[in-house]
Amino acid sequence: MATHALDPTDTRFGLDRRVMLPGPFALASGQSLAALEIGYETYGTLNADASNAILVCHALTGDQHVASVHPRTGKPGWWARLVGPGLPIDPARHFIVCANVLGGCSGTSGPGSIDPATGRRYAMAFPVITIRDMVNVQARLLDHLGVGVLQAVVGGSMGGMQALDWAAAHPARVRNVIAVASAARHSAQNIAFHEVGRQAIMADPMWQGGDYAEDKPPAAGLAVARMAAHITYLSEEGLTAKFGRRLQNRDTLGFGFDAEFQVESYLRHQGLAFVERFDANSYLYITRALDYFDLAAAHGGQLAAAFAGTKTRFAIISFNSDWLYPTAESRRIVRALNAAGAAVSFVELESPFGHDAFLLEAPEMNRVVDGFLRAGA
Amino acid sequence: MTLRADLAAIADAVPPGARVLDIGCGDGALLAYLRDSKGVDARGIDVSAANVAGAVARGLSVVQGDADADLADYPDAAFDMVILSDTLQAMQRPAAVLAELVRIGRRGVVSFPNFGHWRVRAALAFGGHMPVTKSLPVSWHETPNIHFCTIDDFRALAAELGLRVESAAFLSGGVRRGPALANLLAEQAVFVLAR
Repeated sequence: MATHALDPTDTRFGLDRRVMLPGPFALASGQSLAALEIGYETYGTLNADASNAILVCHALTGDQHVASVHPRTGKPGWWARLVGPGLPIDPARHFIVCANVLGGCSGTSGPGSIDPATGRRYAMAFPVITIRDMVNVQARLLDHLGVGVLQAVVGGSMGGMQALDWAAAHPARVRNVIAVASAARHSAQNIAFHEVGRQAIMADPMWQGGDYAEDKPPAAGLAVARMAAHITYLSEEGLTAKFGRRLQNRDTLGFGFDAEFQVESYLRHQGLAFVERFDANSYLYITRALDYFDLAAAHGGQLAAAFAGTKTRFAIISFNSDWLYPTAESRRIVRALNAAGAAVSFVELESPFGHDAFLLEAPEMNRVVDGFLRAGA
Repeated sequence: MTLRADLAAIADAVPPGARVLDIGCGDGALLAYLRDSKGVDARGIDVSAANVAGAVARGLSVVQGDADADLADYPDAAFDMVILSDTLQAMQRPAAVLAELVRIGRRGVVSFPNFGHWRVRAALAFGGHMPVTKSLPVSWHETPNIHFCTIDDFRALAAELGLRVESAAFLSGGVRRGPALANLLAEQAVFVLAR
């Protein structure tokens, strides 16, 4: 089975790829980008009839390193429990593509990119983007890679929103959609938490209206944003089990404001580690894109209409302790898909770990994803 | 694959190529059979996550949900046939579920254990205990079955709801039997209903 993806001289395929695609690239806002750079990775080989391509979409702070060691942090890929040899999404059977989202800070055009009009970083001059824009960038990348129709789009959290939006925006290009721990819209509570994060960044004097130097980021603001968000990724039960009221490296209260509780120390660590790998302006833009997301909005509030006539199969998976994108949001999607007559499967899985459950060891999730993908190969 | 007699009786009522919803589909054994042998467009609902995972692994489209609450989500006449197999007696509101059955489906097929079977009657009349039989194997305090009925009760409810009985099959000891004295002699019944 000779295919272009096997050609070792074809530099489009492999880990840690970059491509610059010519613009203009039109955005939902009405603005456009003069050129489009995309950071991405591919795993496995596109088969002769190009029918085994799976696009994996990452969450808010994810990246294209879905199943490879992160070049900066040295950590394993963020979904290495689902994507890899012998796993439900398997490079031996699938041609897997994962790209950094538009607005990101890991190789794809975003506020940290150089604005060709000025020769300087865009910063806040970067246009506000949407989930649909992210999806359209992925579609352009797939054109470049020679993939017409995807066997599946798979994502968790914001990645699940992209997967759902794929079915709405490019129904003829996606045969199967898996959306895990996700939603078809951002709720008021979701927007509220993001606004706390954005305000923390913008209140940091180092932010400088977005024009901070690369080596002088608004680290304190971004760390606080991450701390607030991180709480929403965990469950109360999980936090209690992990930390309770236990103190950090001490036996008695210190009557001060150091990180005396373990949970404080943990959150501070999460905040600091995040600053090392993420850009504050990207955080502003991507959270904005999430807040703007409402698949039903373009259809008079009728979510079912977004999927009218769809031939795509769907698997919707939620976790019972996820309060960021709770099961009720998944059920809303399932209801709409049923009303649209779509082939939909849905399961709420048990986990004490809150929203983050989709990134952790979840054998039942793997079982559902594997069965669903094999049936829709 | 050989189907249990009650499932075979249900399968007989399903036309080839039909759009089918199985309410309380378990791990999808019946749906998979209908898909493979009759080419139906198979959908299911089940309350158990483990069952749904099993059904999805068979390649079926199955939604975790509760028939008492979630049938309202389906549009009118979305299916040719809606199956309620050995589940009616576990519903909170059996009458409402039956009405939903023939709203979302052009036909409904309902199977249930007959509480009028002579062994059930004997267990109660002579033993003085709630019956534990082959088709009702769980003791009263652990059974999910909360709304038992007899075949005659079911007919009465169907009539009350204005549902037309298109056909009925009766089973005893895993084999079909005739309609004579079914309320006394059949362990299970399979009814095909329409509006």
